Amino acid sequence: MRFSALKILAQGLRGNTGWAPHWRDPEPKDQYDIVIIGGGGHGLSTAYHLAREHGLRNIAVLEKGYIGGGNVGRNTTIVRANYFLPGNSEFYSHSLKLWEGLEQELNYNVMMSQRGVINLFHSDGQRDAFVRRGNAMINQGDDAVLLDRDGVRKLVPYLDFDNGRFPIYGGLLHPRGGTARHDAVAWGFARGADQRGVEILQNCEVTGIDVEGGVVRGVQTSRGAIRAKKVAIVVAGRSSQVAAMAGMRLPVESHVLQAFVTEGLKPVIDHVISFGMGHFYISQSDKGGLVFGGDIDMYASYAARGNLPIVEHVMQAGMTLMPMIGKAKVLRSWGGIMDMTPDGSPFIDKTDIDGLFVNCGWNYGGFKAVPASGHCFAHLIATGRHHGAAAKFRLDRMKTGVGIMDEEGTGAQHNLH
Amino acid sequence: MRIRCPLCGERDRREFYYKGAAVALARPDPGAGAEVWDAYLHLRDNPCGETRELWYHEAGCSAWLVVTRDTGTHQMAGVELASAAGGAGS
Repeated sequence: MRFSALKILAQGLRGNTGWAPHWRDPEPKDQYDIVIIGGGGHGLSTAYHLAREHGLRNIAVLEKGYIGGGNVGRNTTIVRANYFLPGNSEFYSHSLKLWEGLEQELNYNVMMSQRGVINLFHSDGQRDAFVRRGNAMINQGDDAVLLDRDGVRKLVPYLDFDNGRFPIYGGLLHPRGGTARHDAVAWGFARGADQRGVEILQNCEVTGIDVEGGVVRGVQTSRGAIRAKKVAIVVAGRSSQVAAMAGMRLPVESHVLQAFVTEGLKPVIDHVISFGMGHFYISQSDKGGLVFGGDIDMYASYAARGNLPIVEHVMQAGMTLMPMIGKAKVLRSWGGIMDMTPDGSPFIDKTDIDGLFVNCGWNYGGFKAVPASGHCFAHLIATGRHHGAAAKFRLDRMKTGVGIMDEEGTGAQHNLH
Repeated sequence: MRIRCPLCGERDRREFYYKGAAVALARPDPGAGAEVWDAYLHLRDNPCGETRELWYHEAGCSAWLVVTRDTGTHQMAGVELASAAGGAGS
């Protein structure tokens, strides 16, 4: 079924009774050419691109829960390409271009909203760093506009410009950045993959990975054994557990990152605003809730809920930046589990096991990567060669020290990102 | 989350700095080779369940602690001084 304005109108007149499920619910087969472990945004995008770009059909996506129930539905929906280092820069640039065509490509409304991302700075030194970053973004072919204090004030007059600790000197505006509705992204890729023959198996938890003589043979699941020529692990948040099924250890520590949303309000925040010095960022959803967050809780966790110190810290940072936020009531908060890597950058690579591929380590930045991550991972799985936009996301870069992408410049060690 | 420091008693998590898996208790020999050092510096078991990790009582007695904690529930099974603890975490 293709969606169109006419179809929505016709369905509206008929009480919306004619919509069909967006994807099938097949029984697992004994064998597939490719099994993708993980039906999150990255896994579904990978399946979609394997079918779309490489004409492969005999593919299963195994999801232990339900589509949209994992990290793809737990993030704060921000899309941007304001990275600095080679390796990251070309990848996120590629991803943003895919985002811009995604709704037409998928025939699905992912509510892509390029409302602009503003990164604030509060000192001359920070301004110099953002000028440098902005130039890197422009050199990459993306957009960056340096705003002085008055330029920021014109866009977001409600900030505390004369804050005693962090007076606002200006901001780096990334006009093409913005937000997208996260679960629609998962649904859109699921539907697109399904239409091209990919089988999406929900409530199908992988319990083992079969490896014989250094070659992957398939997986054991809660719905029976499945043989496969190639297996792809795309389970950020649980990467270490699934990799361990193949006897692998990854350079990953899992941490919880909290997010918060207020009651629905009338439109007030038109952009994504990032207050790096306070570890705080905020945007307003189309439903009206202010969606905001801060730093990770800074200890290993799989609990998908955080602790009070970070809640307090985020609220304080919000009050510091925009005192008006104190009148809004927080409706709920939640936590997502992040694959934190030593240098803060991800992995899209082959493994030492023939036919086994891994895509993980997205830290707290996985959502914006969804289209390009799947696109580049599919290229690697189908052709055996790294895609140019993701060629530097190598699994061995920690061991060799070559190509480490420490975007924050804090050191390539665990617990520093 | 609260941590029971063996020297100071139970204190708020905010007093402590988290270092990570207690691998530092078993530092390899300088000549152990790239594989061993990679495993020590980067590779982690990263379990969902009980783990041994290093915390530093930064705003307290400045002791390094080995905390046995469940990463799925945040429950702490034990805290001991790193100087008294044997064996590494992972």
